[in-house]
Amino acid sequence: MSVFIGKDTTLVVQGITGRDGSFHTKQMIEYGTRVVAGVTPGKGGQKFEGTVPIYNTVADAVQATGANTSVIYVPPMFAADAIIEAADAGVQLIVAITEGVPVLDMTRVYPYVKDKGVRLLGPNCPGLISPGESKVGIIPGRICTPGPVGVVSRSGTLTYEIVYQLTRAGIGQTTCVGIGGDPINGTNFIDALAAFEADPATKVVCMMGEIGGTDEQEAARFVKEHMTKPVVGFIAGQTAPPGRRMGHAGAIISGSAGTAAEKIQAFQEAGMGVAKRPIDFVELVKAHLS
Amino acid sequence: MNIHEYQAKDILRAIGTPIPPGEIATTPDEAEAIARRIGKMVVVKAQVHAGGRGKAGGVKLAKTPEEAREKAQAILGMQIKGLTVEKVLVTEASDIATEAYVGIILDRASKKPVFMVSPAGGIDIEEVAATTPEKILKLPIDTRYGLMPFQAMRLGFFLYDDLAKARAASKIMQQLYTAFMQSGCSLAEINPLVVTPAGEVIALDAKMVIDDNELDRRPAIAALRDETSEEPSEVLARNANLTFIKLDGNVGCVVNGAGLAMATMDLVKYYGGDPANFLDIGGSSNPEKVVNALRIITADTNVKAILFNIFGGITRTDDVANGIVTATKENPLKVPIVIRLTGTNEEIAMKILTENGFSASSDMDEAVKKAVQLATGGQAA
Repeated sequence: MSVFIGKDTTLVVQGITGRDGSFHTKQMIEYGTRVVAGVTPGKGGQKFEGTVPIYNTVADAVQATGANTSVIYVPPMFAADAIIEAADAGVQLIVAITEGVPVLDMTRVYPYVKDKGVRLLGPNCPGLISPGESKVGIIPGRICTPGPVGVVSRSGTLTYEIVYQLTRAGIGQTTCVGIGGDPINGTNFIDALAAFEADPATKVVCMMGEIGGTDEQEAARFVKEHMTKPVVGFIAGQTAPPGRRMGHAGAIISGSAGTAAEKIQAFQEAGMGVAKRPIDFVELVKAHLS
Repeated sequence: MNIHEYQAKDILRAIGTPIPPGEIATTPDEAEAIARRIGKMVVVKAQVHAGGRGKAGGVKLAKTPEEAREKAQAILGMQIKGLTVEKVLVTEASDIATEAYVGIILDRASKKPVFMVSPAGGIDIEEVAATTPEKILKLPIDTRYGLMPFQAMRLGFFLYDDLAKARAASKIMQQLYTAFMQSGCSLAEINPLVVTPAGEVIALDAKMVIDDNELDRRPAIAALRDETSEEPSEVLARNANLTFIKLDGNVGCVVNGAGLAMATMDLVKYYGGDPANFLDIGGSSNPEKVVNALRIITADTNVKAILFNIFGGITRTDDVANGIVTATKENPLKVPIVIRLTGTNEEIAMKILTENGFSASSDMDEAVKKAVQLATGGQAA
């Protein structure tokens, strides 16, 4: 089992002929993802790598192939339109990989997808992978292996690091979800935690947060009040200075709010295990699985 | 990106916001000439990207042009929170009856721009929020509809009981919202918004922070960047497409990905060291980026050891290895380097490094420990 994506995921790739889009489409196909369509305006009727049909619009692609999920690799200034186009075309899940989307664009996009009842992951996220079933986005497939751990994170490479260490220790994953590092994103920690709670195959959840905002504190409250499964947490940015944007647009301590210390405290108050170092996840998760 | 007070005022003035006249001066002579043109009492205000300018002595009243010259002389070149004042705004002084706060922030919780207004203006709004939250009205705006007239009036009436003043304020709210949206802001503030003894509502100070993601599509706003007011190493890094933030420690860090970069800094601290910087070389694997990263880090004389932590996903570790070799051939290192890399093309990267006299490990904790040891003068493990 898995959350958000699995064997029944059928994918349309928006921006399939671009540099990033074409590279990662090949990787996804290689991994076993059912890529059923691509979209590049003006290239409708052509085929990607001789196999995947390309359409001019997402509506055409969905109508012709029944794709239920979209992944977006278009440049940042076109990402908002691409997300709304996908929601309008009727897919159920939209995964926006694009980094650098203006936050004001997201203030229009977010209520639109909410009203449509569509799940958006990202933007500025690595996507997600259900090992052995499907991969949508850019998480390297070879660092994952099937197993009982759900992973949710605001980061890309930090997630890879921790998943890799879990896999090396023989601990597999149901689904690894990268929610992205932007201040306004479609799916937050609570959405992912609720999905893992409902997934019978997930036994333990690993959650990697970082400085900025209050998503982790709210997630900790959710863990305490609604989750029966153990959750292990980590916060990056304990050494980050206040007021500076640490790479991710959302990773900024504003005034005295959003510090690593307050988030770690929230985790502890919720009875969660706290990994001090990335490697600590291995022992903390093992303890819950045995 | 931060812009200066005078730039934010120019944006607002252009759409009709009442703001006292003022001009920018970089020398005491210019300040005197501007004060003479204004012909009234003026305020000389330091233009730096730092709060608390008044407390630091960067804002002074001047009754005569000669006095404006003296004040400018004192303020130009002074340091405020580590930043040198290169420019002053010389602006007409206003008599103040009451002061209010008006701001818009991009709020992550509501996922909307939120208006914050308070009749308790002129002071730190965070303090008002903490001590007397009932004096603040917060109003989220749905950007699909924009600021609606009734909302603007509600904000105006929260500040002033008098209809004429509430109307004047609501017009300024509309202008601030327009400026916020058209400039791609993440924050826009008028603090204080004042009522003069004559009953006029005017903006005495303005602040705007621009979302960096907006700059590509707003060249006129991007052109407002003042590189002289930023840390030189950070300017260099940005021009090389690196995300770099200078810190005070002695372990220079080069990492791919923001989350891993923060986690690496934290691990340096965990093992008893102090990171010298945050540096994210990003997802693409261009050896030139590594060369620039090393150039920036080695320019910091505090750095006693350099730590590479690369998890190759999209980033090809052999490209990073090539970058390290190229950079150190151009500029031989004076401090020890510890390299951790794993992932895409790891074997090729290891081979490149070994052939060029470097060693590398694939374990993050080991590498961080070793870098901390080297930086603190201990022996390599």
